[in-house]
Amino acid sequence: MWLDDGGTVLSSALRLTAPLAFAACGEYLAERAGTLNISVEGMMLSGAFGAVAVGSATGSPTVGLVAGAVVGLLVALVHANLSHRIQINTFVVGLVINTLVLGLTSFLLQTMEFSRTQVGMLRIPGLADIPLVGVLFEQRWPFYLLLLVVPLTWFLVNRTRWGLELRAVGENPQAADVTGIKVNLRRRQALMWCGVMSGLGGAYLSVGLVGSFNNNMTAGRGFIVIAAVIFGAWRLKGTLLGCFLFGAADALRLALPSLGVELNPQLLVAAPYLLALTVMVLMARSQREPRALSKPFERGLV
Amino acid sequence: MTAPARRPLASYVVGNAGLRRPSADAWRTAGITVVCVLVACALAALLVAISGGSPTEVVDALVTGSVADSAGWSQTLVNAAPLLLVALGACIANRAGVFNIGQEGQLLIGAMLGCFVALRLQGPGWMVITVALVAAAAGGGAWSGISAAMYYTRGTNVVVTTLLLTFIAAQVVQFAVNSPSLLQETGIGNGPARPQSDAVPEYLRLASFGQYPDLTIGVGVILAVVATVVLAVLIARSRWGFRLNMLGLNPMAARHAGIRASRLGGSALVLSGAFAGLAGGVILLGTVFRLQPAISNNFGWDGLLVALVARSRPGLALPVAVLFGGLRAGSSYLAATGVPDYLVDVVQALLVLAFVVPPVLSALWGRRIRNRSAVPDTPARPSAAPAKEEVPV
Repeated sequence: MWLDDGGTVLSSALRLTAPLAFAACGEYLAERAGTLNISVEGMMLSGAFGAVAVGSATGSPTVGLVAGAVVGLLVALVHANLSHRIQINTFVVGLVINTLVLGLTSFLLQTMEFSRTQVGMLRIPGLADIPLVGVLFEQRWPFYLLLLVVPLTWFLVNRTRWGLELRAVGENPQAADVTGIKVNLRRRQALMWCGVMSGLGGAYLSVGLVGSFNNNMTAGRGFIVIAAVIFGAWRLKGTLLGCFLFGAADALRLALPSLGVELNPQLLVAAPYLLALTVMVLMARSQREPRALSKPFERGLV
Repeated sequence: MTAPARRPLASYVVGNAGLRRPSADAWRTAGITVVCVLVACALAALLVAISGGSPTEVVDALVTGSVADSAGWSQTLVNAAPLLLVALGACIANRAGVFNIGQEGQLLIGAMLGCFVALRLQGPGWMVITVALVAAAAGGGAWSGISAAMYYTRGTNVVVTTLLLTFIAAQVVQFAVNSPSLLQETGIGNGPARPQSDAVPEYLRLASFGQYPDLTIGVGVILAVVATVVLAVLIARSRWGFRLNMLGLNPMAARHAGIRASRLGGSALVLSGAFAGLAGGVILLGTVFRLQPAISNNFGWDGLLVALVARSRPGLALPVAVLFGGLRAGSSYLAATGVPDYLVDVVQALLVLAFVVPPVLSALWGRRIRNRSAVPDTPARPSAAPAKEEVPV
């Protein structure tokens, strides 16, 4: 009995984790380069919208998925150029982009008609029949893109020259600049990766899980992603663990009433933010945070 | 080689520009701003055209709902008051260099505490109202005080903590209105209690002057305008205002001048939260009359945008808040034109961009012009040459 319940909750947790995990890969990379990107919410939302719009126009959810990533990239381009080319405060840019995307998607949703569009399930025969963990092998197919994206992000940050420069830019932009690294260019590139990943995460949410677009569909998931990166202390492993924890908390909130367990739903919703704040306070002195996080770089300033 | 003093470009956005004398840059900035606003309007018109509406009808509806008659003006002012209060708080925090973006949550907590006092405290009306508004301000201040304490004891990022606390505040309010022992509504025979509080009794609602067809001005509006004047004078003329600007412009110099960053900056953050909380109290006692999870209705976020457009100047925040309040009031008339009222959100965001981008662009442009005149007829330098100090970004 509990195996069935456990399997249901686990499967729901995985489904809710995946969009977070996609976006978290991007946010993690952007933060390592020194951009605390709060427009990840807007990027996810625009990706979700773009995926449904293109998916229903072309009739192919796969094309929609790609389009979601592209739309996320476009939003990231706007953010990157405003905050790392003409140097407007990155939080101001993020805030405005979130407002703009929320308004724009809600506006367009009311003026357009979309048909349902959803990607197919991929069931791995045999493995999917294992009790409890079998749900891992019965997901919408973009779920398995995570197997590609997560190692790729790790490899990019930790094993390439580009990633080394990226981390240098996030830790000490002045020193990086002196060695000839184009600081703001690296930060823009990092943001673009963040845009693609967040767009993909949003697209997974819309054409992957739901099949349509609702008003304010992401509902603050972008901010949970930021909390996850902080919770993971700016390491990819910890970030993904945070995503899974927060996804599981969300799944529990939905499942607990039917399982007959009394637990305060508000506490579960607030848990990611509470955990992130706790980690921030506890880890504040541990030097894990990129030193130049959210500090704009301009040559000649100390 | 002496380079002229340069301010970081980021400071052009979050305030403090008021300390400089207007220069040639100011004219250029004004010019670019006009162009940007026109572009924003054109984009909004394009959006309307895409959705099949007519831009003139939309403008007509917006004007009818906001400034065409005194009833419209009343609605505009009712919407502008909380925006202005939130914006004033944001001005204080921005000037001190601590960027608070959690006004939405601080506003919610303020409304919650105000509601608690208004429903539980017995006494004469004027006293309960005063205590409720003070409690609302205290609640908002305490909520941002958490961020201040974290920042000055542990060095956590203020933006992130205020942002995360916003979502926690929303859940705190949800919890309060879902718990019968706290604020959930009572004593209604039909159906289960909804997640909202009881209505604030009639005698505890904020008074307003004037009757419906004529212009009505609520106490909230008066409160906001008085606060604007006081704050503008304080920032321009008082020792506190000078120190605040100094702390924001150059924390190092402020420190050497004997300013305690934790005390001044922390109190600025608390004060900004208090203004947001007060706005929550004004919304509760002035228009909504009961605590609902959606009572904040984006007033916190939009108030912050008002402060950004006003470049952290209280005097400018007043007209900007009226503009944004007018857009909000007018949006309720958009339904008749068939254009979704989300258009107003888009227009607001575009307007913010149109006011935030020009000062930075203008500064960059000015730098390029000065660089060009500083180095006449120089052929392309070999890349091995040492970088000049004034390299355009």
